[in-house]
Amino acid sequence: METIWFCLIAIMIAMYVVLDGFDLGAGILHLLVAKTDAERRMVLRSIGPVWDGNEVWLLAAGGTLYFAFPALYASSFSGFYLPLMIVLWLLILRAISIEFRSHIEGPLWAPFWDAVFCGASILLAVFFGAALGNVVRGVPLDEHGYFFLALWTNFNIGPAPGILDWYTILVGVAALLTLALHGALWLAVKTEGELQLRARRLGSLLWWGVAALTVIVTAVTFRVQPQVTLNLTERAWGYVFPLIALAGLAGMRVFFARADDRKGFLASCAYIIGMLTSVVFGLYPLVLPATDVTRSLTVHNAKAADYGLRIGFIWWVIGMALCTGYFVFLYRHFAGKVKLDADHEGY
Amino acid sequence: MDDALTVHRLHFAFTVTYHYLFPQLTMGLALLILILKTMALRTGNEHYNRAARFWAKIFGINFALGVVTGIPMEFQFGTNWAAFSKAAGGVIGQTLAMEGVFSFFLESSFLGLLLFGEKRLGPRGHWFAALMVFIGSWLSGYLIIATDAWMQHPVGYTLGPKGEILLTDFWALLLNPWALWQYAHNMNGAVLTGCFVMASVGAFYLLSHKHVEYGRTFVRIAVIVGVFSSVLQLFPTGDAQGRMVALHQPVTLAAMEGLFETKEGAPLAILGQPDVEKRRLDNPLVIPRLLSFLTYQRWKAEVKGLSEVPQELWPDNVPLVYYSYHVMVGLGTIFIAILVIAAWKLRRGTLYTSRWTLWTLLLSLPFPYIANTAGWMTAELGRQPWLIYGLMRTRDGVSPQVAAGNAWFTMLGFMGLYTVLSILFLFLVYREIEHGPEPDGGMHIRQPAASVRAA
Repeated sequence: METIWFCLIAIMIAMYVVLDGFDLGAGILHLLVAKTDAERRMVLRSIGPVWDGNEVWLLAAGGTLYFAFPALYASSFSGFYLPLMIVLWLLILRAISIEFRSHIEGPLWAPFWDAVFCGASILLAVFFGAALGNVVRGVPLDEHGYFFLALWTNFNIGPAPGILDWYTILVGVAALLTLALHGALWLAVKTEGELQLRARRLGSLLWWGVAALTVIVTAVTFRVQPQVTLNLTERAWGYVFPLIALAGLAGMRVFFARADDRKGFLASCAYIIGMLTSVVFGLYPLVLPATDVTRSLTVHNAKAADYGLRIGFIWWVIGMALCTGYFVFLYRHFAGKVKLDADHEGY
Repeated sequence: MDDALTVHRLHFAFTVTYHYLFPQLTMGLALLILILKTMALRTGNEHYNRAARFWAKIFGINFALGVVTGIPMEFQFGTNWAAFSKAAGGVIGQTLAMEGVFSFFLESSFLGLLLFGEKRLGPRGHWFAALMVFIGSWLSGYLIIATDAWMQHPVGYTLGPKGEILLTDFWALLLNPWALWQYAHNMNGAVLTGCFVMASVGAFYLLSHKHVEYGRTFVRIAVIVGVFSSVLQLFPTGDAQGRMVALHQPVTLAAMEGLFETKEGAPLAILGQPDVEKRRLDNPLVIPRLLSFLTYQRWKAEVKGLSEVPQELWPDNVPLVYYSYHVMVGLGTIFIAILVIAAWKLRRGTLYTSRWTLWTLLLSLPFPYIANTAGWMTAELGRQPWLIYGLMRTRDGVSPQVAAGNAWFTMLGFMGLYTVLSILFLFLVYREIEHGPEPDGGMHIRQPAASVRAA
């Protein structure tokens, strides 16, 4: 049962990264790709009706983590106290910059919120990447299963690491480029004209950075977290996950060449899902590796009682079926290219 | 003030108190917008649709702030209260995760349609979006109340070998009798906030001779709905909630009433200041025997005082529990008076020209917020020193590795950020109210529905 929940939470996190990833990506590129006020409103309208629902995946994943693996939730949230609080502040800033930008027309109001939107999105992407890096690298759990990490110490991965070290920063930069590329493809799908061309050109450039970092991060990860090598040798079928990522990466290049943005965006989704599932597969059964390996949190020692996990599975399936319904309806309702109206209202 | 426990408590108290300023209006307005949309559908009068569109804009701003200040709440269980989360996560994680899966997705999906989809959905479809937003926000309220109710009155669990709390009965958790009354009382309080906000804006329009038709609609609907919920707030919901406290948390009841010594035929204190050191109520103004009657329906019944248990088991801030309870009840009584008078004048047809009543409605805006906040303070401070009543002390639930200094850092950060949010909120909502709804009968120039369109 705990393995099922491990997979379900991984799926929810992957959904979050794929869906809110393009919102973040659009934000990262916002100032770069959209030059005029009209173009910036196009960028915001492309995510306007959906970004809030996309962010809910993070909340739902967090809530599910809370009830399925309470010990993991308690340990990691209190240990990553400072970066999580900063992420919360950034999420607040991003949300209000999207929501409030369109309320007032003035020469200073919109550019200010554009900058906040862009800055918050960039930092969020880096922090999310760094968070993933921290989980892969492991943390110094004490005998009660708790830890507390400073934001940085000496930027080395051990023995007393901080949230930011050379490895986690590297993963953070990789996440930044990956989501920027993802956002560029989303914008190319959703917009037209100058903006679409610029997004496609930027995406094509970003691809080289993503490809290079994929190689570097993967190589380094095998050395930082030995469990990954172990899992791949024991269960060779796991190679399917990195293969999905590679196929996605290659696919993006092919579709850039053909200027097929929709397929390119789907390839980017496959790349992100492939990378995340590779990490998850590589860590299992660990959920939070410890510096002292005997203290690591695993799906077995961090799980909630079986009764709750079984009951939860029933309502989770019902809830997810409903929510898939809403999402299909919402995305179909707002499908197609975004257009600006003459009346300048809303997004 | 420097110990980590105090800072963590202040941290949560500050962020949750600030957060709940928004959902109470969200939940109250969701009902009122649904009523406006229903009236539009039934009468075919476009006036009600325009009124609904105006409130939907304020709803949107308010909702956004409710969401962004709500996310930190879900995180803080883990960040600041890790030991509590580790022990109880298997139980309350259920209701919190259900909130995410069942109501957040519903709300966020249909809010977009409510705000941007009117033209394409058509009248029925748009009414349905309003209904879904209403259901989503009220379901969210229930799951949060069920979580809090379990901390007030834990049910459906056993203790594991390492002291962890194991869920054994999902339906007991979900249908906790405490949750049912607390939910009714709380949601009714949210409706009161919605009604007073709507009535206040309506009174503002009527008194300043702007958007007069809308002013009348707002005041009328708000007063009619409000007069019912103000009475329901006292009876049966408040009364039943009080009896729950008397039954399961007698110490809390004694602190709320400022009753230090056990008494037969205990009086109800209207005013007075609890003096914890001397264990008495100073300058008391009381109604004899009423507390006994309200609690046990017998004038001579015995009500247990605080002295029955060691002071270590009292709520650690008896005066604050006492005052927040009295502020809540006092304001609730005043609300009944204001709304009954307004409803009576509405019936006689003199409300729209009665300057005194309109001024009262206008100025009453902050008070339902204060009453709702005071109610929650009564519940949460009254539960102390327990985090889970009878099971886990508050001091045992805190994150062991997060130092006071780090908690201060993030609390100050939240204070600064929330100050900015408050200024933005007031500024933007004031602009919407100043701008007002679209003029009746004219062309509607503002068409949110058309803003996102397929190619």
